[in-house]
Amino acid sequence: MDIQRKVKYENELDTGFLQRVKQQSHCDEIERCIQCGTCSSSCPMSVYMDHPPRQIIGFIKNGFRDEALKSFTVWLCSSCYTCQVRCPSMIKITDVMYAVRREAIENKAYPRRFSIPVLDKEMTRLIARDGRNSEMRLILRLYLKSFKPLSLLKMTPLGWKLLKTGRMGLKRNRIKDRKQLRALVKAIKENGK
Amino acid sequence: MNRYAYFPGCSLKENSKHYEESILPVFKAIGFPLEELDDWNCCGATAYFSVDGDMATAVCGRNLSLAERMGRDILAPCAGCYLTLKKSNNFLRSGRPEARKLLEKLKGAGCAYEGRVEVKHPLEVLVRDIGLDTVRKKVVRRLSGLKVACYYGCQLVRPFTDFDDPDHPTTLDSLMEALGAEAVPYSAKTRCCGGLLTGTIENVGLRLNHLLLREAKRRGADAIVTLCPLCLFNLELLQDKIVKTYKEEVKIPVFFFSQLMGLALGLSRDDLGFSRSVIPLGGFWSKIRNGGQHV
Repeated sequence: MDIQRKVKYENELDTGFLQRVKQQSHCDEIERCIQCGTCSSSCPMSVYMDHPPRQIIGFIKNGFRDEALKSFTVWLCSSCYTCQVRCPSMIKITDVMYAVRREAIENKAYPRRFSIPVLDKEMTRLIARDGRNSEMRLILRLYLKSFKPLSLLKMTPLGWKLLKTGRMGLKRNRIKDRKQLRALVKAIKENGK
Repeated sequence: MNRYAYFPGCSLKENSKHYEESILPVFKAIGFPLEELDDWNCCGATAYFSVDGDMATAVCGRNLSLAERMGRDILAPCAGCYLTLKKSNNFLRSGRPEARKLLEKLKGAGCAYEGRVEVKHPLEVLVRDIGLDTVRKKVVRRLSGLKVACYYGCQLVRPFTDFDDPDHPTTLDSLMEALGAEAVPYSAKTRCCGGLLTGTIENVGLRLNHLLLREAKRRGADAIVTLCPLCLFNLELLQDKIVKTYKEEVKIPVFFFSQLMGLALGLSRDDLGFSRSVIPLGGFWSKIRNGGQHV
């Protein structure tokens, strides 16, 4: 039996975490959380979560960065905003989840080849380069970088239905003024955030 | 501004072509022809906000800037595009120091934006701006006898929408009733379909969509009507797998509201993208034949 300390001491907490999340989410109200649990009971995904949204907000408020980043909760958030419109303290919970996702992606704090951040990153890459998403390319990249490529075969029935009804996007989509897009990406990336 | 720049987004050009194929003729028939926003770029959806918040807002800012130069408001039929563009627009207009900094950068890249564009959804324009009385006058074939479950999903009604209720929206129901259809009570109307999770963590997506389909069936609906390409994709294309997994017959056609509206306005069914449905529509057409009344 592996017995480990279950309580964290104050000097092990990340004191800057709350501030970073507040800044990234443009939400100044996180500290107003009264731990009522309305978010957790509203969340359609909470039945799959290790720590429901209420606990994640508690982690952030109190500097438990590693616990928040290791939890699957932020990845399971489907951005449905139910918690956000119901929160009595007006906390922008969905934006808070996005902020934690960003910190996790920046620090690669997720299981290797985990499908959700892979999809987020690949879609972002396509848009920053081409200005538009191309569905087929996105799916192929997801299967190459996350799932086993051969499991794509399981998608054949779905692919056939889309192909038959002319709904499969096979071509590469791009905007005309990609020069402007590049300038924009460069401007945002430089002189920090 | 009361003319609109139509913002298709990626879905309406690929997996949801039938949304574009029906929304354009419907708006033309009602007297508001739409013009596509020239050289629009993708909105970034939920993915961009997960990776980089400033870039996510900036790519939407480029679209807002293009529309402002055209002197038009943006009309975004995809609920995901609608939310993302509206969210970015609200932020850029908020006056926060971070927003002002972003506007400067947009200007430097040739995408100056002064905050004059509104982002609207076709449903909002039809029900609130054009008005259901005008719609009723244009109906030539009432959809009587057709029972529909109106599914709003999440991104249209939450959290920025000012034209409907986030928990109990009614605009789509009232539009369907104006066309002569019956909107059945549908308590799952704003429950999440899982969005992109159906592609990344399949068992989660299957369960969520099973709940939505089962509820529509129990309420006796002949079809589900929606306004979001991703909702339609999940609800329609997962049906075979859901039937297999849950051993329950939940097959039901899923349409965009504009397809049914086109039928009611007397447009030919061949021009409204019905052939793109993967669910057999035999039962649906016999319902329309028996119930549909010419006014």
